[in-house]
Amino acid sequence: MPVQIEGSQAVAAAVAACRPQVIGAYPISPQTHIVETLSRLVKSGELPGCEYVNVESEFAAMSVCIGASATGARSYTATASQGLLYMVEAVYNASGLGLPIVMTVANRAIGAPINIWNDHSDAMSQRDSGWLQLYAETNQEAADLHVQAFRIAEALSLPVMVCMDGFILTHAVEQVELPTLEQVEAFLPPFQPRQVLDVDDPVSIGAMVGPEAFTEVRYLAHDRQVQALDLIPQVALEYAAITGREAGGLVRPYRLDDAETAVIALGSALGTIKDVVDERRERGERIGVLGITSFRPFPLEAVRHALAGVMRFVVVEKAFSAGIGGIVDSHVRMAFRGHTVPPNYTVIAGLGGRPILKRSLHAMLEEAMADRLAPLTFLDLNHDLVDAELARQRADVRSGPMAENLLRDLGTVRSAPH
Amino acid sequence: MTEAPIRFYQVGSFAVGNRLLPLEVRTVQAESDRSNAITSGHRACQGCGEALGARYALDAAMAATKGQMFAVNATGCLEVFSTPYPETSWRLPWLHSLFGNAPAVATGVAAALKAQGRDDIRVVAQGGDGGTVDIGFACLSGMFERNDDVLYICYDNEGYMNTGVQRSGATPPAARTMTTQAVGDDPGNVFGQGKDVPRIAMAHEIPYVATATVADLHDLEAKATKAMSMRGARYLHVLVPCPLGWGSESSATLAVARGATQSGLFPVFEAEGGEVTGVTPIRRQVPVEDYLSMQKRFAHLFSPRRRDDVIARVQAQADKNIRRYGLLEES
Ligand SMILES: Cc1ncc(C[n+]2csc(CCOP(=O)(O)OP(=O)(O)O)c2C)c(N)n1
Ligand code: SF4
Repeated sequence: MPVQIEGSQAVAAAVAACRPQVIGAYPISPQTHIVETLSRLVKSGELPGCEYVNVESEFAAMSVCIGASATGARSYTATASQGLLYMVEAVYNASGLGLPIVMTVANRAIGAPINIWNDHSDAMSQRDSGWLQLYAETNQEAADLHVQAFRIAEALSLPVMVCMDGFILTHAVEQVELPTLEQVEAFLPPFQPRQVLDVDDPVSIGAMVGPEAFTEVRYLAHDRQVQALDLIPQVALEYAAITGREAGGLVRPYRLDDAETAVIALGSALGTIKDVVDERRERGERIGVLGITSFRPFPLEAVRHALAGVMRFVVVEKAFSAGIGGIVDSHVRMAFRGHTVPPNYTVIAGLGGRPILKRSLHAMLEEAMADRLAPLTFLDLNHDLVDAELARQRADVRSGPMAENLLRDLGTVRSAPH
Repeated sequence: MTEAPIRFYQVGSFAVGNRLLPLEVRTVQAESDRSNAITSGHRACQGCGEALGARYALDAAMAATKGQMFAVNATGCLEVFSTPYPETSWRLPWLHSLFGNAPAVATGVAAALKAQGRDDIRVVAQGGDGGTVDIGFACLSGMFERNDDVLYICYDNEGYMNTGVQRSGATPPAARTMTTQAVGDDPGNVFGQGKDVPRIAMAHEIPYVATATVADLHDLEAKATKAMSMRGARYLHVLVPCPLGWGSESSATLAVARGATQSGLFPVFEAEGGEVTGVTPIRRQVPVEDYLSMQKRFAHLFSPRRRDDVIARVQAQADKNIRRYGLLEES
């Protein structure tokens, strides 16, 4: 039965239905409502058999999950932004140890300048961490992905990050059908750890490995991600069979069959993009959308198949790699290895919570379809503002802190320059 | 102390050998069927106090829990010398994660055991002084503050030994390390820095805090055993001389550790709920100079120019400890 519920609460309910045994909790916006809801569910007895540990940092939250998972307990935590970066050392450790921890990342920009709003810089920074990364388009999908995440994580003995856009999804109240306990029980077998601390069969977990075997360990980590390419779609099918809902999978094509132009994106921006594409379709333009759900493993083949017929593609991304440009776009181009890559454009949009407007997308697509778009475009960039700052920096080595200068130019801050 | 101290001293050395004791008070190590948490064949330096301390502490904890125990280990010498792939010295379930998170990983293990309803299996976390007093300190304090059911053992060799002998927050003043070199007007580590973690642990009012050294292995075993009889967060701080880092003779590890206690520089005591409940008195106070001169890390205090001023400051610290814990009052 569908309920009106906030995204965070829907995720918390889905996680609770998976019966985690240990939760490491540390607050950071916009993840807070998830751990707050779980705290209530544990304390009220609605989530029995679970140890909810209030820790002193994200580093400790991930560490608690590492200890718990190695002890054979299903373990969960949630974070975002600075919190994810603060736990990075343990994040890599969790995957290196092959521990099937599930973590929600309520995606948020990374400071400085400090900004609590949504973009994908946090999770994208962990793309090489060995974790699987699944991106939710809607709150319904976010809830469903968490159930699938535990299943995938435990089958492969690898941790999974479920990424959902901060505020846009976490704080949006909408209609969601929550996975029921019965459905989850039918879908998610009890956690059977691949390696576990056991007094009857003592093992040393986390021993030191030198050059003689380290490459092999890393190879196996890659191999398990490759195995996930088969597992993720299969799990999505099984989930659909039980719940009747389509969620997850590797990629999600939309009106792509006869498309000449494809727009590629991750997460909640897909909703707006699909609206824009629908409007352009009505004008007869052959345009479609490719949503990427699984960013790790990156489904090179599925992406190439989905884009087989297109003449050009535009990747709309909420993060970028300073000094080179698009992160997702570089992946999509890699999918064409050995084939001709069609003309393609990277559009950086929605950074630090800037709204991705339909009219901006329309304008951007018009340029792209006329093959006039710059290869790397920052959507809705205020050129006057950056030009003024660049001029200031050229004129004065002590031109002052950039962000403060921009705010002053915008009139947000009134104080005189230094 | 609940455990009656063994008052039998070999002339000169204060050492108590198992074979001189009645059967019932011999150490766990004297038992042929002891649990053997860490086996021989590991790659610690000769005379490593940490290897010795870990073996006695863990074997005692293993005996106390009848082998129903997991160990969590921080990065450092202990982890590196005991688990070079594909070998391991650990005969109990053992988990290493990182340098700074052993207390939190242990919390996770304890939480998982609780969730699984297994109160029969106990958790011990261990790390060096760097992992404990410096990088892992926030996690340690968090573990104390929540009173998680973990015994944390710090093997204090007063420096970052695994990375080649650098200063830690537990390095004593005037000691030479690779990052506090014996040059300049005030050679070695500065005065007035560093952390007294046993006292900070007491401030958390956790059930049990104790210090020990490898000079008195009976005492170390007794404290590990007692700690395992209790629940909640417990802290055991063990002084473990490092021949390599301290520049002491490999054969002198116990003598050096004894010098630390008998001079008053390392007070041996235990505390429950934040109150000191017992101290191991000093039998015969030795001047700090005797202790310092056993170690090359303090050589710059004696040559080329004697630094009586510095030695006096160290002596003052020892005297303060003796007053604070009443180390000379009884005995
Ligand atoms: C985050 C991080 N920083 C630095 C290191 C390098 N490192 C490994 S062991 C170690 C020192 C260990 O010192 P201590 O905890 O005192 O143990 P010991 O080796 O002296 O027994 C350091 C600095 C690391 N592993 N991780
Ligand atoms: S360096 Fe010191 S602590 Fe490390 S193994 Fe050698 S003696 Fe032991």
